[in-house]
Amino acid sequence: MKRLLFIALLLPVAANAADAGTQRSDYKLVISEHRFQPAEITIPSGTKIKLIVENKDATPEEFESHALNREKVIAGHSSATILIGPLTPGRYPFVGEFNEATAKGVIIVQ
Amino acid sequence: MFGTAIIVFREVLEAALIIGILAAATRSVPNSKRWLTAGVFLGLAGSGLVAAFTDVIGSLASGVGQEIFNAIVLGIAVLMLAWHNIWMSSHGAALAANAKSVGRNITDGSSACSILLVIVGLAVLREGSETVLFLYGIAASNEGGPASMMLGGLVGMLSGIAVGYLMYAGLLRVPMRWFFAATGILVLLLAAGMASQAAHFLIQADLLPSLSSPLWDTSSVLPENGLPGTLLHILVGYDARPAGMQILFYLTALAAIGAGMKWANRSRKSIHSTVSAIK
Repeated sequence: MKRLLFIALLLPVAANAADAGTQRSDYKLVISEHRFQPAEITIPSGTKIKLIVENKDATPEEFESHALNREKVIAGHSSATILIGPLTPGRYPFVGEFNEATAKGVIIVQ
Repeated sequence: MFGTAIIVFREVLEAALIIGILAAATRSVPNSKRWLTAGVFLGLAGSGLVAAFTDVIGSLASGVGQEIFNAIVLGIAVLMLAWHNIWMSSHGAALAANAKSVGRNITDGSSACSILLVIVGLAVLREGSETVLFLYGIAASNEGGPASMMLGGLVGMLSGIAVGYLMYAGLLRVPMRWFFAATGILVLLLAAGMASQAAHFLIQADLLPSLSSPLWDTSSVLPENGLPGTLLHILVGYDARPAGMQILFYLTALAAIGAGMKWANRSRKSIHSTVSAIK
């Protein structure tokens, strides 16, 4: 019941989000052995992009960036979409919070 | 092991502090501890479910299901905290003044308790699901020493609970005439911080404009991932790089709940004075 209600609540929102998604260009990022590949992504400033993170590990990861103001849990063997931007030029580091020692990366906005 | 302890500590701390504050705030409400405990267990069960369905939730709404789920959970928590706080400002003082005699006669005491159950359940659910996922990840990985990392998880969890308990014990030492003002303000700030967090997730899902992001940047002075920053983040909703929309949500929640508390407090006082005038 709660689930149905939740889905019903999402419907108008979903249509909206789909609209927004179409104007964005996609960037792909892979998590493998608790590392981001590539560890550096360059994107243009002032535009909205869609970062698709594929987690090839069996274990979950949390994409976290205080600089980008983003946090998202990604289950093992699955993908997640993170909407980013528009941003001003600069370096925006991010980490995989569950494996912070190895999972590090940066988004460079030019 | 140390790293694991810190991550689990961070996740547990938020729920533990919320529970500590609420346990103190409702100490004179009959049966409140029982409802709090039930909330913790429901929240833990819910955490397991949310963790197991992370993938499903995440793929809803063209990939922003997780953001919307978090925003909904936070939104409900804000409403419940608001209701709770307004209720406490009209009944809290009366409950404390003659706790034993009035105790069971307060008819809406049980609805206040079920609100408590929901708030605690949601707080545990939100932080708990991430902890479950993280610990599951450790248990599932076959790299060196899952046993020592599990131990780290346990240490982190116990330390988080200990800080929550310290908050509770500390609040109980606040003199009675300041007590309701103190817990009321703490709960008010918790609610405003959660409103700002809800806005953060709606911005992340691109459902709300950020209205200038960030509005300010104090990450070099007071980083959010340090201990003081983390504590301030939990207690007063501190954000080192907040979006304008977050501040708008924060201030709106602060003003609305604050006004509700004032109104409830005043109507209680006027009822009291009318009653004594009739006598």
